[in-house]
Amino acid sequence: MTVSHAPSPGNRPGRTSTGSAPGRSGRRRARVGALASLVLASTLAACGGGSGGPPTLTWYINPDSGGQQEIANRCTAAANGQYTIEISQLPRDSPSQREQLVRRLAAEDSSIDLMSLDPPYIPEFAQAGFLAPVPPDVASRVSDGVVESAIQGSTWDGKLVAIPFWANTQLLWYRKSVAEAAGLDMSQPVTWDQLIKAAKSQHKLIGAQGIRSESLTVWLNALIESAGGHIIEKVTPKPEDYQFGLTSEAGVRAAEVMRDVANSGEVGAAFSTSNEDTSATGFESADGGFQVNWPFVWPRALSAVDAGTLDKSVPDDYGWALYPRVDADTPSKPPYGGINLGIGAFSEHTDFAFEAAECITSDENQAYYFETNGNPASSKAVYDDPAVLKVFPQAPVIRESLDAAAPRPQTPYYSEVSGGIQREYHPPADVDPKSTPQQATDLIAAVLRGDQLL
Amino acid sequence: MSQTTLPPVEKTQPVSAPSRRISDRSRAERKLGWMLAGPAFLVMLLVTAYPIVQAVYYSLFNYRLTDPENRSFTGLSNYGVILTDSLWWQAFGVTVLITVITVAVELVLGFALAFVMAKALRSLRPTLRAAILIPYAVITVVSSLAWKFAFDIDTGFVNHWFAWLPGISVDTDWFGGQASSLTVVCLAEIWKTTPFISLLLLAGLAQVPEVLQEAAKVDGATFWQRLWKVTIPNMKAAIMVAVLFRTLDAFRIFDSIFVMTAGANNTETVSFLAYRQTITRVEIGLGSAVSVLLFLSVVIIAFGFIKGFKIDLAQARGE
Repeated sequence: MTVSHAPSPGNRPGRTSTGSAPGRSGRRRARVGALASLVLASTLAACGGGSGGPPTLTWYINPDSGGQQEIANRCTAAANGQYTIEISQLPRDSPSQREQLVRRLAAEDSSIDLMSLDPPYIPEFAQAGFLAPVPPDVASRVSDGVVESAIQGSTWDGKLVAIPFWANTQLLWYRKSVAEAAGLDMSQPVTWDQLIKAAKSQHKLIGAQGIRSESLTVWLNALIESAGGHIIEKVTPKPEDYQFGLTSEAGVRAAEVMRDVANSGEVGAAFSTSNEDTSATGFESADGGFQVNWPFVWPRALSAVDAGTLDKSVPDDYGWALYPRVDADTPSKPPYGGINLGIGAFSEHTDFAFEAAECITSDENQAYYFETNGNPASSKAVYDDPAVLKVFPQAPVIRESLDAAAPRPQTPYYSEVSGGIQREYHPPADVDPKSTPQQATDLIAAVLRGDQLL
Repeated sequence: MSQTTLPPVEKTQPVSAPSRRISDRSRAERKLGWMLAGPAFLVMLLVTAYPIVQAVYYSLFNYRLTDPENRSFTGLSNYGVILTDSLWWQAFGVTVLITVITVAVELVLGFALAFVMAKALRSLRPTLRAAILIPYAVITVVSSLAWKFAFDIDTGFVNHWFAWLPGISVDTDWFGGQASSLTVVCLAEIWKTTPFISLLLLAGLAQVPEVLQEAAKVDGATFWQRLWKVTIPNMKAAIMVAVLFRTLDAFRIFDSIFVMTAGANNTETVSFLAYRQTITRVEIGLGSAVSVLLFLSVVIIAFGFIKGFKIDLAQARGE
């Protein structure tokens, strides 16, 4: 960008008090004017700097402990000056992250080159045309050696639409002393009923997420999937034709488990507002018994020990196992979460963005992220890394859990489905297996038809 | 004792009122007035009328932000969906409940605080006024978070402080039920906005002529008689402005609900409903229709108050 017709203050007649030749004040004004022109010219030149030089890719990230920033730095260095990656932070919770990205992408914001996406929202983004199509060669490279749940979570309409990054799953965390005293053999799969009985016998807490938020849908989905069903049995092009599985045998069984846990008397007084952090806090307390939760609870407890707020004997007593079963004969399907990378459809540098995404999701970077930020990898190879195993002794169970994990319903209308579930299944203590699944089905179907508010 | 108020001001034509024919000078002044006020008027139209018109327009469509291709004109069907949905009426009921409770309590408390401020020593008055105003200066989200943390079962101190009261124990889950959640929401609102109402009432109180009070005193009126027959009738306009502003404000309540309950346990308000349809569900058509209904409710409240109080604000300004 050039600046033309910039006024030359020095050539203008000075309007001094004498009205003749430029005096002191006139000269001062001239100097100030020249300086202003210089600043203006340099500012405008800076504005136009984008046309030359390497492009800057903006990566919209979910907040973390600094791991994504470090990976962005590493990949900028690896790009050898071809491009630089800058991060831009999204809100803390995933529905808010989605809201901001949807608004920007609907306005065709070209500044979104890469984005960290929560898997349940990927179908909506793909369907709306917000994600740049993944080239076949990139798709085959980024899905090689990746856990199945992460590939499923990045797929819509039979195509890989996002790049698997890190894959999360919930484990059953237990206090070894409590399980032992209750006579539970934790080397074998356990059921929710067994957990309730054990917690009752020892008067210890069972931690799950009863709050009206996305966590509740995560829990219900895991229960239904573990019982052998699905929240949506059939996704069709028209949302009003969806077939739901909430009233199926598996759906009713899931509702029974949710109600039984909430009414067990061992879930803490504020169960209906209990989120992942609340469960972790309860589990760290002297009343801790069992909880289903993401792996962050492990580094969280170790940090608390380092900070002197938790006794070392507490994490020493932590045990971990696969997610509890609904029925003894059916393997559990733990929750799947994590983050996958989407490439903005309106980005001006999609080639570089895909290149950067491959760098970000390299085994080395995933191992770093797992080790330092506690976010498990989607690449299977990372689970054999000795450095990771040292920090996360439960890594083999996490990998096993990821292989068995089931994603939440994959539909562009996930927000409606999740919102309907949250409305009808909350508070969990009031869930009636006879009526709640039907009410939720009716509500979600009516909302998808456009006949009801949510 | 009959009600004592200032005699109504006779509306007389100003001396300088133009005759039927407008003089050239008046015409020029009017023109200048329009030229001066015109830009501001245009900006006002742009920032207020345009979004309202756009919301009304969008409310006639089935329009999902992530599916713009399938946008279709549906007429007034969005309004039909909303007005026949129990969720709307429940949210409306909760909003009215919060509005009535908070405004009523704030009015009483606001009066009490206004009296304290009015009667306080002249040297103490500025300090007292500043102290009372502090809650109003706090950002709503911040105050909502503070109240949430105070009543939270894990981090809160309220349960521990008030466990001696019947119905409260260390395990009381305030945000676990509708009534208890709304109690905290109302308390937070009352704490935050009572200063506003009290300041408006203080201004009204200052306008009540002292001569009327003295006359009533001489007539042997008690404090309550003076309050009901002299003070309140003479500050009717101030009361109306205070109650109207607070009612409109309370009716649009969003932040406290968003922070404290996120709408759980049937604590949703109309604003929250609009937020959910528009922002979470990205159903622009349905969300716009909810917003338009909220706007209409606010307009009806404003007209209702102005008619109900039978106040001519122009007269109150002395025009």
